[in-house]
Parts: sequence; C-alpha cells; structure tokens
Amino acid sequence: MKIVCRCNDVTEEDIIRVIEEGHTDIEEIKRILMIGTGPCQGNTCMIHLARIVAKYTKKYEITTVRPPETPVELGVFADEE
Amino acid sequence: MKNDVVIVGGGITSLMTAYHLLNRGITPVIVEKNYLGSGATGRCGGGIRQQWSTAENIILARESVKFWERFDEEIGGNAHFRQGGYLVLVYSDEKRYIENVKLQNSLGVPSQWLSPEEAKEIVPYLNIENLIGATYCPTDGVAYPFSVVFSLEKYLTKRGVKILKKAEVLDFKYSDGIVEEVITNRDKLKAENVLIAAGAWSRLLLEKLGKKIPNQPYRHEILATEVMKPWLKPMVISFDTGIYFSQTYRGEIVGGIGMPEQPGYKLNSTLDFIKRFASVATKIIPAMKYLRVVRQWAGFYDVTPDARPILDRVEGFENVYVACGYSGHGFMISPEVGKIMAQMITGEAISHDISNLSMDRFKKGVITKEANVVG
Repeated sequence: MKIVCRCNDVTEEDIIRVIEEGHTDIEEIKRILMIGTGPCQGNTCMIHLARIVAKYTKKYEITTVRPPETPVELGVFADEE
Repeated sequence: MKNDVVIVGGGITSLMTAYHLLNRGITPVIVEKNYLGSGATGRCGGGIRQQWSTAENIILARESVKFWERFDEEIGGNAHFRQGGYLVLVYSDEKRYIENVKLQNSLGVPSQWLSPEEAKEIVPYLNIENLIGATYCPTDGVAYPFSVVFSLEKYLTKRGVKILKKAEVLDFKYSDGIVEEVITNRDKLKAENVLIAAGAWSRLLLEKLGKKIPNQPYRHEILATEVMKPWLKPMVISFDTGIYFSQTYRGEIVGGIGMPEQPGYKLNSTLDFIKRFASVATKIIPAMKYLRVVRQWAGFYDVTPDARPILDRVEGFENVYVACGYSGHGFMISPEVGKIMAQMITGEAISHDISNLSMDRFKKGVITKEANVVG
C-alpha cells in the first residue's frame, strides 16, 4: 500500500481502482477521492497523482490550482471595524 | 441506431431526468462536454432548502426533499444528505419572512419564526446583535454534490445509460420543427427526443436552434475551510447580506456570498470575494475569524429575469425540451425537476402546475420574482 495523499488518506491503489472504473480525467479523480483538497492544498500529492494518471492516459496534467496558496485565517481577510 | 432521448449536459438535472426516464422504461444517452458535474452542479454549496417565496419553488423543494431522504436507499450510493435545517437570519423587513413562513406552512413545509435567542440555541456561536429574528426549517439540509453525481453515474451506467464524456455538442440537424441529429465533436447521434439541460450553456445551445431565452451567466464564488469536528448544525443564510455557509459531512465549512457581478463566462477567483465573505461571516459568528480558508472556486448561476427555472418544450419544436435557469438553486430541486422532465418527454400528465415556468412567460410581461435568492 502506497500513501499518496496524506491529508485525506488516499493510496495509489485507490487511484488505480478509480481509473480502472473508467474515470481517467484527473479533475474527476480528485473529486471522487478528494485527493489534493486537504490543508496541504495538493502540494505534496499532486505530482504523484499526475504521474500515476499519466501512466494510463499518456497525458501529464495537474488539476486547476485554487487560491489561497496556503491556508489563511478568515480574520486576516475580514474588515476591521 | 436511433436514441429515444439524448440529454445534452451531464449535471444533476440530466442525471436525475435519466433516473426518472429509466423508471419509465427509457434508456437515455447523456452527452457531457467535460466530466459529470463539471458545471454548476459540482461547484455548488449543496444546500437543500424549502424556504421559498413562490409556491412552485416550495413545492419543487418539498417533493425533492422526499427523494433526498431516500436517495441512498434508492440509488445505492451515498448523498451525504444531512438534515440540519436552514437558519435564515433576518436583519430587516421581517413581515416578508413571516408571510413566507405562512405560505410555506400552508404547503406543508414545517418552517417557523424564531426569536434571536431561539436562533442562538440552534447555533450557539451566533452573534445576535442587530438580529430581528430568523426562520428555520428543520427538514432542510445539505448534500454533497460529487457524492451524488458519482452515485448516480454508477447507478445509471449499470442500467445501460450511455454517458459520453468530453463530447461537446456543436450543432443540431433539424427540419420542420424536428431535431433529427445531435452533432458532437466526436459523433452524430440520431435522436427521437432531445433534452437541453446544460446549465448556463443552455442558452447557447438554444441559439443553434434559432431560439433566444433571456438567461445570463453570472459568476458565483464560494470557498471551503479546513476540516473541523461538527459544530454547525444548519445552513446559515441571510438574504440581507447574501451570505450562506454550512458544514459538510467532511467537516469543512463551505460558503459563498453574492457579489456585484456583470454577466459573462468568467470563472476566476477574486480576493474581493474572500474579503467580503470573511467580513460578513465573522460578524455573524465571530469565532470564525480563526478558521482557515483552504480553497476558493467559482461556478455559474444561470439567471432568469424572475430567478425561476425554465422547464418546457422548446416552442416551435416537437421533440426538444429545455430545463435550465435555476438562478443558483438547481441542485436542490433536481429530483422533482427530473421527474417533471421525464413526464414531459414521455407525454405523461405532469405532477405539478408548471405554467409559470414556461419558456415564453417573459414575453407576456407579467412575471413574479422569487425573492429568496442570494447573489
């Protein structure tokens, strides 16, 4: 068993299973397994996910990068009043 | 081979309609230009609310809640539907909300008016300063859009529904008010009936048939925070500020707020949104200032002039139907909309009076706007 996403506990085996079920779009795989949606923002897992998917699709892609770059407290953005 | 029904679009309306068509012995084909749920469905907050100001919306939502309650049993997946209620915070014009509750109660929806103190019992961290009161419906709730989409995908494909992904509809072949073929970038699909359920892109598809609808796409931004243990029971919403937020089954807070927007097909995220959400949210629940934002994204509201959907056969065509224009609340009412569209396509009697949701109502002049919308 190889852990790929440490935030959401997703393994390489999980990813391969989802691909074999017919979900080959990396955006789709992200949403089924929630990989890359934890506090690390995909910074540790995305390259591995991209590599595993590319083995099947022959296309190296990553998912859309969502801001903020690192988790930020709402209080930082709120107006001071 | 001629397909009984070709559904253009792979969002929640399409999947729910396919489910109801299967129940009527029809196996449709779904054509999606990207992946399932990649439009508004997968980008929405997942809220399911029966507290509306117009009778049609209340009834569509009420009937849909009955389906959401048995989704897991029926579909075999997991919608993560949680009935924590919707708490509508009221900072002005309370009369309107009390009228709404009356209308909702008369249609069998168990909403009620609460004092600020009673609202605080439901959300203990709530700041009740300036709050006049709230309305609360305990059977409202939230579901998880992608769990719903992938559960339905499994259910439908197992039963023979063909789902074509990365297939974009480029044109239609038609004559004398009958569409014969749906032309995609991959294939030509012969069709007995066509349903256009493509969210904010429906208007562009209708243009290919020479039809115009007054819908406009508006960007609506949304964010998710880090995961926490459950602390927020209801979806909290306020029409005064246009904010809403709830806690998902995973524990993150997902919420959005209406921003001044111009119509257009843009989906980038903005700092202004996150600042406005943070300012309003931390006034409602001051403790939220310590919550970290993990992710922000955006989706389209397909907005009609009266903020109500269009569910109709396309005028001038015998075999083309359209379901769009939910103006930000398509996900929640999709179970009942799916049923209505399946009934319409098969020529069955439709369970509800949907004359106010016709395609040509805007030409007649008099429309009643749904007031309970955000954004």
